[in-house]
Amino acid sequence: MLKNPRYQIKALAVLVLAVASIGPLQSSCGKGKTPIRLSGAGASFPYPVYAQWAHRYHRLKGVRINYQSIGSGGGIAQIKAKTVDFGASDAPLKAKDLDAAGLIQFPMVMGGVVPVINVPGVSPGQLKLSAALVADIFGGNIKKWNDSAIAKLNPGLKLPAKAITVVHRADGSGTTWIFTNYLSKVSAAWNKKVGTGKAVGWPTGVGGKGNEGVASYVKRLTGAIGYVEYAYALKNKIPHVLLQNQAGQFVAPTIETFQAAAANADWSKAPGFYMVLTDQPGARSWPITGASFILMHKNQTHARKAKAMLKFFDWCYRYGGDTAKKLHYVPLPKAVVALVKKRWRSDLRAAGQPVWK
Amino acid sequence: MTQPSPKQHLGDQAFRWVTALSAAMVLLIVLGICVELFRNSALSLSRFGLDFLTSQQWNPAKEQYGAASSIYGTLVSTAIALIIAVPLSVVIALFLVEVAPPRLSKVVGQGIELLAAIPSIIYGMWGLFVLAPVLSKHVQPALAKAFGSLPLFQGPPMGIGMLTAGIIIALMILPFITAVMRDVFQMVPSVVKESAYGMGATTWEVTRQVTIPYGIHGLAGAVFLGLGRAIGETMAVTFVIGNKHHISASLFAPGNTISSSLANEFTEAAEPLYRSALVELGLVLFGLTFLLQIAAQLWLRRLKKKMAVTL
Repeated sequence: MLKNPRYQIKALAVLVLAVASIGPLQSSCGKGKTPIRLSGAGASFPYPVYAQWAHRYHRLKGVRINYQSIGSGGGIAQIKAKTVDFGASDAPLKAKDLDAAGLIQFPMVMGGVVPVINVPGVSPGQLKLSAALVADIFGGNIKKWNDSAIAKLNPGLKLPAKAITVVHRADGSGTTWIFTNYLSKVSAAWNKKVGTGKAVGWPTGVGGKGNEGVASYVKRLTGAIGYVEYAYALKNKIPHVLLQNQAGQFVAPTIETFQAAAANADWSKAPGFYMVLTDQPGARSWPITGASFILMHKNQTHARKAKAMLKFFDWCYRYGGDTAKKLHYVPLPKAVVALVKKRWRSDLRAAGQPVWK
Repeated sequence: MTQPSPKQHLGDQAFRWVTALSAAMVLLIVLGICVELFRNSALSLSRFGLDFLTSQQWNPAKEQYGAASSIYGTLVSTAIALIIAVPLSVVIALFLVEVAPPRLSKVVGQGIELLAAIPSIIYGMWGLFVLAPVLSKHVQPALAKAFGSLPLFQGPPMGIGMLTAGIIIALMILPFITAVMRDVFQMVPSVVKESAYGMGATTWEVTRQVTIPYGIHGLAGAVFLGLGRAIGETMAVTFVIGNKHHISASLFAPGNTISSSLANEFTEAAEPLYRSALVELGLVLFGLTFLLQIAAQLWLRRLKKKMAVTL
């Protein structure tokens, strides 16, 4: 075996590489404890910010967090099967589903969903839409941009006689869940006919794959209206609309209006943090805001791991705000973070002992 | 002749076993897939029964699942692709074998093989960003003007929809079909062709009456290869088909296919019934491919009988 000198050299090289790669691992193990590795999986919407946080936290504290963005559905399945340490979902689970699976959930970060348009002659933030109008447009009841109902709200705008093309997400997504949840809240007809879901039976329109798919369809099709995450509307410079909120005010999508929606929501009355931030009260609240959630098992098997996980989340709440804002996500209000920590204290146990003190 | 040594005999037997096992593995995998598909779609199978195949209602929020629009979209997009790709492939392959000078034939042939190596997501992006605008600005308005009275070409020319998906699939399967057809044409013995030329036949007559009938089995094989790829094509289709669970007579309208629905919805399907319905879609695709294979075999057998008479 390995008579050929070329193979001998190769084998030697492989051996050297193998030893070299083990080296640093051993030195970090030498301090007595094995390094902690945490794994999470789920929602793709918060992936950019989770990845940034994990990267920075690893550099600071040496704890490695591996987050796979496989979609909320996958995240829920994986945390139930205990193949990951934490799951993540854009749509909250109902309290009874949480109890059945022995899970707790808490909000980690927020974002907004923004209706975007491509109507000739209409600039960003010019078109005003009421909740009923949005439901009627996406429900296929209003078919032209110069419809009298739209014109009545926008007396100064010159609206073209173009047909409206609705663009929605083709793939199952948390963004769609938040958007259809909003429509179901503001329109009884929508709730009855279509409902709330990560994928629904859209009455009209075309489906683009992913936020980028919807963004590119809207940019290409004159007369289109779609909905994307806030960051995509900003990055792609697609005109957004002003929406009328519960208080009757027309608001623009900004980090401040998203935060207003979260601050005005009454989290303390939400069992299991089942809280959807759509259609919240408050004069400054953006009506289509949503939070992304973390899922953990109530009874943790490894106390050290559980503690490390909570420390990481605590660090994200404390110091992750700027990173989140840079990526156009919205940090949670302080009052909500306090409620989350209270929940950690009361609900999370490892071997009968509370993990968070 | 000397008796084979025991060692050789052993090698022979080992070879036989290895090949037999490898072949058995294929059957086992097919069987395994089939069993898994049935097992995982049991919930949806028992809930919807045959309605699953005939209903085009697909609303996960209301737990309504019907595969009709996906089945329709799969068949129509595949049909469009084959209608475009097969004649084009025959012509290209004939050009490469019968008409083009050898050097040019080699260059074009290599170009076609390169096309086959492009990943499908690239075709999808190209379709969305390059082909769709061209179709919506130039091709679809022209089609609507010429054949607008037909229901096939009605509706707004968005550039996204069944027709675009069919064209993209056609481009994707073209290199495969062409490459196989070229090889088939090359295998026709030159003696046979030359004797036809000797009788005073033109190139076209030789092609139609000698080359094509001679290679019909191989040509059909090339078409099935294309069909197999077209029916399961996922990524590129998802980009351009418009992804709507709806059957529309117009080729301009958005639709969907079985594989595009799976690609779109599987990752976020958390509810058991939703997942089960998606797996049943996979089962339907499995069955569809199987049925098409059988139909193709039967058709080929009849075709061969007919050809044998004329040859």
